[in-house]
Amino acid sequence: MEPTATSLPPNPDPCLNVEITPELIAQHGLLPEEYDQILKILGRTPNLTELGIFSVMWSEHCAYKNTRKLLRLFPTEKKDKDAIGQVLVKAGEENAGVIDVGEGWGVAFKIESHNHPSAIEPFEGAATGVGGIVRDIFTMGARPVLLTNSLRFGSLESSQVKRLFRGVVSGISHYGNCLGIPNMGGDVYFDDCYEGNPLVNALCAGILRHEEIQKGAATGVGNPVYYVGPGTGRDGLGGASFASRELTEESAEDRPAVQKGDPFMEKLLLEACLEMMSIPGLVVGIQDMGAAGLTCSTCETASRGDSGIEIDLDLVPQRETGMNSYEIMLSESQERMLVIVAKGRERELEEVFEKWDLHAAHIGEVKEGDRMVVRHKGVVVADLPAKSLTDEAPVYDQPTREPAHLVKAREWKIESIPELASDGVEGALLGLLKHPTIASKRWVWKQYDHMVMSGCTVEPGSDAGVVKLSIAGINKYLAIANDCNNRFCYLEPYTGAQIAFVECMRNLACSGARALAVTDNLNFGNPNKPEAYYMLKECVKGLADACAHFDVPVVGGNVSLYNEHGEGAIDPTPVVSMVGLIDHADKVTRSSVEEAGLELLLLGGLPDELGGSYYLQTQYNKKEGTCPKVNLAAEKALQDLLISQIEENKITAAHDIAEGGLLVCLSEMLFNEAELGATVSLADHGRSGRLDALLFGESQGRAIIAAQKDDVNAILDAAKDAALSAISLGSTNDSGKLKVEVAGSEVLDANVSGLKNVWERAIPDHMEHA
Amino acid sequence: MKVAIIQFPGSNCDWDAEHSVRDVIGLSAGRVWHKDPLPEGVEAVIVPGGFSFGDYLRCGAIARFSPIMEDVKRFADQGGQVLGICNGFQILCESGLLPGALVRNDCMEFRCINQTLKVENSNDRFNQEILSSELTLPIAHGEGNYRADDPVLAQLEANNQVLLRYQPNPNGSLNDIAGIRNQTGNVYGMMPHPERAVELHHPCLDGLPVLRAFLQPLLSSSPVELSA
Repeated sequence: MEPTATSLPPNPDPCLNVEITPELIAQHGLLPEEYDQILKILGRTPNLTELGIFSVMWSEHCAYKNTRKLLRLFPTEKKDKDAIGQVLVKAGEENAGVIDVGEGWGVAFKIESHNHPSAIEPFEGAATGVGGIVRDIFTMGARPVLLTNSLRFGSLESSQVKRLFRGVVSGISHYGNCLGIPNMGGDVYFDDCYEGNPLVNALCAGILRHEEIQKGAATGVGNPVYYVGPGTGRDGLGGASFASRELTEESAEDRPAVQKGDPFMEKLLLEACLEMMSIPGLVVGIQDMGAAGLTCSTCETASRGDSGIEIDLDLVPQRETGMNSYEIMLSESQERMLVIVAKGRERELEEVFEKWDLHAAHIGEVKEGDRMVVRHKGVVVADLPAKSLTDEAPVYDQPTREPAHLVKAREWKIESIPELASDGVEGALLGLLKHPTIASKRWVWKQYDHMVMSGCTVEPGSDAGVVKLSIAGINKYLAIANDCNNRFCYLEPYTGAQIAFVECMRNLACSGARALAVTDNLNFGNPNKPEAYYMLKECVKGLADACAHFDVPVVGGNVSLYNEHGEGAIDPTPVVSMVGLIDHADKVTRSSVEEAGLELLLLGGLPDELGGSYYLQTQYNKKEGTCPKVNLAAEKALQDLLISQIEENKITAAHDIAEGGLLVCLSEMLFNEAELGATVSLADHGRSGRLDALLFGESQGRAIIAAQKDDVNAILDAAKDAALSAISLGSTNDSGKLKVEVAGSEVLDANVSGLKNVWERAIPDHMEHA
Repeated sequence: MKVAIIQFPGSNCDWDAEHSVRDVIGLSAGRVWHKDPLPEGVEAVIVPGGFSFGDYLRCGAIARFSPIMEDVKRFADQGGQVLGICNGFQILCESGLLPGALVRNDCMEFRCINQTLKVENSNDRFNQEILSSELTLPIAHGEGNYRADDPVLAQLEANNQVLLRYQPNPNGSLNDIAGIRNQTGNVYGMMPHPERAVELHHPCLDGLPVLRAFLQPLLSSSPVELSA
């Protein structure tokens, strides 16, 4: 076929006159063989606009070309078809997955990264990260009900890291607070590996009726295509390809690729879209303009709808003059949506957007065939098969090589570090409580409005955040937790990823919630480096196997590769987020103990592993050893016991043992009530025979619970039936002291208020004197 | 509808306010769009929290020009009960229905915490006997730092127009002021969110007596079933 685009001189759009050189192709992040494939698809040379469209749609960010094969390992449905939490919209089908939560209600949720933009421009990068994920949720027809974030930064000793941390938190706070969606906190880790390449993953969950689920498909030939939201500018040009490169010193020059967010605009768009979608039969398809903006939304809706689509850029609202077709198509201006409306009902849509003072521009229509056709100034500037952009991107299975540090890690022996003496216990505990990863994150979440929408039931800082779904008028509680300890993933990627999974799920169980589904954010280094790809592959396998074991499917997520800066790649960081459901207020459980006179029990056995622990980090500045073993069957027994005993109202508080081990866990449980103390006695040192591994080891499958004296025997019996170790530790009192005795000798006698002060002040002390 | 909750573009505590008045206290309540007139028969108006018009200028500075504010002013002038919460308080100050202004917190950060407040003996509806001497209510704002010039401040104090004071002060407000009323006693404004402290899953129930104190003229004139 003779190319329509390039044969119409003189061209009003300069993009049609640019010669496509190998340099230009390389600048667009396309490999020579990828360009050859484009030539084959088109049967001609693409023009600049078309090249730009291919480059963003075939970028890692949009096409998952290095991960698509791996992602197929994840289970996407529940095996048990009678269980609650059936998948209504699967991973990859739409903008976000949706699961059933009973009584005709569904929950849409997803996590997404905005790492690179946040490294360059922390405030705007993080803010627009929130904006993007919120659009993914309301595009599905859901009313957003909560936000969380998984954040990773370098050491807080660095002034540059402080700047990034402050900027990211205030960006999230600015955007989320203005939208009025409660932010339930999430997790924050600090590790040198994130220096220069912070991770900013944002999650949103929303609630909707099953029948309200919207599709992102352009169907019905002749149906009009609308552009809604503010005008298009040159901001965020090529953001998707920017996110698919390593960060370098020159990345700061990529500032135009960072978008600028306007949360007020997003709030209007959110309300207008939900109002529009509540009109039966009006909306045929809807998709947000996120990564790759107008390009992605037009070709993806056409591809999903098995249709063609035609748009005219002259009709696109613009807030800058003289934009060419390349710029309009690749802009990532925020807070915009593409809507396909039932023909003849255009006025109904326009009236909604007029009420909210937003643009609603009729820019094109659904066509027969399979082409995505773009016109500008009267000529065709792009004419491409839509599916070639969405489905035909190359898929790579990169070579892998086991990194040398893994071999070294396996050789590490606990004997290589000296035994901890009793008089060193308090110092070691304080060192851990002071580490910003373990320390209180109140400095972060008191900047987030976590109480708006009247649903906040368990505020941030507990094992999971819990919101009541009051806004939907239902008496259920949604619990949310994020997890990923990068140290374990660095040392043993397969097991490390499983630890992220079981710890996240354990956090929900400690809160009384049954996990329903996973959304994951795979943050890794450059996939073209065999070591990095090895880590990615192992993590995905570990995660997929854990999902299958627990029958908890993955309903969506995000992949962020090329997280490298200076020294090399970040540690593998497969962030796991899960939503869980609690059906009654009485079952909502916190990690903090509320009163004296309660019995403390340790479930799962005495910790006995030190590899990869924060104890090694804070005492010896080492990231070494093999990570704790994961026993999925024992983990399941623990979590089932936690949930069943909570449901029988026998557990008053539960906290899982994680970063910092047993003593950190115990301390944190006492921090919420003044004058609360505990006396704990352990009969022996456990299997390792070492005090350090017992008190600070991070063995998996453990939790400490608090219970009334009268309920202890029933819990012990239930644990016995489940073949799960349960040990009486001691009890809480009103002494204000934490006393610990091991094998008959005292190893700790500390004021809880002193411990709390160190834990509470660690982050503010870094940030307030910056 | 007896209680009208004004919805501006950017309001985000409108549903919360409606829910607390309608579903918890049990009065008929509904949201009224800022371009629509105030419905006939309304006995109280709540201007809810949020970020009206994005609050990119001074908070509430644009909302005061919304068409409905003419109706709200007329309603207040006729003695109607008006309560502004958080952004609503800022809007009432910008509209001149309450004295003073609210500026950026002195810590320069947003604060979302449960705040202890001292109750002042302001009038026969807001006093320590009815509300107890101390309350805890959520606050969630970046610009809750109350400012007024000395004569205005002196007048507020002399007339017992201060309703609530922070203990301790989270934002730099003059005289620790967290909430005030107008001289007549029909227009109220406060930064804390009473509507977020009315149900069992909330941090506490201290918002209930505060909302009931504001709605007292309606509650006493027409007995209603109280569900909480």
